Amino acid sequence: MPSLSVDVGGLRLKNPVMLAAGILGTTGASLRRAALAGAGGVVTKSLGTSPREGHPGPTVVQVECGLLNAMGLPNPSYREFQEEIEIARTGGAPVVASIFGSSPEEFAQIARGLKADAFELNLSCPHAENYGSELGRFPAMVEAVTGAVKAAADAPVWVKLTPNTADIVELGLAAQRGGADAVVAINTLKAMAIDIESGCPILGNGLGGLSGQAIKPVAVRCIYELAMRLEIPVIGVGGVGSWEDAVEMMMAGASAVQVGTAMLKGYGVFEEITGGLSRFLERKSLELEELRFMAGRRS
Amino acid sequence: MRPLDCVIQEVRSEAPKIRTLRLDREIDPAPGQYAMIWVRGVDEIPMSFSGPDTITVQEVGIATQALFSLGAGSSIGLRGPLGRGFVLRGDRILLIGGGVGTAPLAFLGEQARRSGAEVTSLVGFRSSEEIIFETRFEALGDTIITTDDGSVGIRGRVAEGLKQLDLSEYSQIYLCGPELMMWDIISRARLHSGKIQACINRYFKCAVGVCGSCCLDPEGLRVCVEGPVVSADRLLESEFGRYRRGPTGGRGPCRG
Repeated sequence: MPSLSVDVGGLRLKNPVMLAAGILGTTGASLRRAALAGAGGVVTKSLGTSPREGHPGPTVVQVECGLLNAMGLPNPSYREFQEEIEIARTGGAPVVASIFGSSPEEFAQIARGLKADAFELNLSCPHAENYGSELGRFPAMVEAVTGAVKAAADAPVWVKLTPNTADIVELGLAAQRGGADAVVAINTLKAMAIDIESGCPILGNGLGGLSGQAIKPVAVRCIYELAMRLEIPVIGVGGVGSWEDAVEMMMAGASAVQVGTAMLKGYGVFEEITGGLSRFLERKSLELEELRFMAGRRS
Repeated sequence: MRPLDCVIQEVRSEAPKIRTLRLDREIDPAPGQYAMIWVRGVDEIPMSFSGPDTITVQEVGIATQALFSLGAGSSIGLRGPLGRGFVLRGDRILLIGGGVGTAPLAFLGEQARRSGAEVTSLVGFRSSEEIIFETRFEALGDTIITTDDGSVGIRGRVAEGLKQLDLSEYSQIYLCGPELMMWDIISRARLHSGKIQACINRYFKCAVGVCGSCCLDPEGLRVCVEGPVVSADRLLESEFGRYRRGPTGGRGPCRG
């Protein structure tokens, strides 16, 4: 069997298929369950400085081609979450803490106070006022936040980028200048659904983010553009639901991938993807590393 | 699925703070399954079915208050039926319910009767005026009622009624009510936990098994899709009856 283990952004993963932020990441037990089900690494729900209940419901809408959500960054605060991270760690996979703040100082405060195997900076949530992409669409802010966390943290720092911008490469380069160990692309695409019986926006927050199958081609393009210009690794996320999707993202330039919406199918997704990936590498007589950015070398 | 538009056909008052809403369509739920009910502009909340086309609501917060303000002819959005409901096993069943938690049990009991099962019910309420579905349960078979204040039936908690029953006689026991009441029953009936199906409640947000807000420690059971009906033997060593998570995901006490 070909080896699936990979070193990415300062972490060694037993395989390149991770659980994405915001998915089944509210409790240590659900993160551990993902690790035991075969995830190479897991990312927590985004954590902030104080408890938040999130937006009113509906917080998700299933649409034809994916999932629309506006959870609104609910979290019990990073202080309350350390115990959950310790529980998650017993699953045997690295635990990445997704964190958010409204300023470089807030991000740094969390990174100083929390112990995790790595930090993923949420500079890309599209539906929370004063957070996420409201900071993350400005390259200077991305650089400043990344720099502040790098100075504060004693663990690798990944930066999750928003696709809701004219040029995601600018954001990726800013993260790299700030000292990021990797970038994660992409977060959800800003989107909306309306109930035609009443004319009301369905999501409690009105606007939300689209994930799942529909956004995979956008994610593949973003990863490709980033991989072309950045020195640091790119972790691909956005519509990965099968091993074929994982292979495609790696060929676009991803060193690892994250699975989110496809968890609708249950925890079996991890073994499905890693199993398919192994068989593919075997059939093609390829090493995992050879997949990465294959499309860049062939275009 | 997008929320289905459902028109409220009829509103019936069951008790001072409990109403049953009849919807304009049957969406074919199994007893114990639930729907996410969207009160437009307010919130979306989980509700179990009290019949094939009815939900029974207790006014407890902003969303249920808003639901209470809707009369016949108003409409709501509905995602459902969702989750795993009760599974009928054997032909001699016992229903144990408390308060508005008796709603899915009345629905289950009626289905069970139709398929020939013998149904016994033990249902508890705070006082005589809070009793709901008394005639539905009595039509099913032997019914024991408890009230906290003793105004009807046995005085005390639902568990007081257990003394009149031999649990080993039943093929399956179905439980729904306030968490501490269910925990009380499960801990007293520990020996029978393998045949108790409990319909439990956690904070649901997505209701499709991805957000994680309803996950039950220590297994990480996703109650919104792997429940809300859970075998009691999986609850014995869980957080159930000890703590529960609220909208932030943080742990808090179990109430009621």
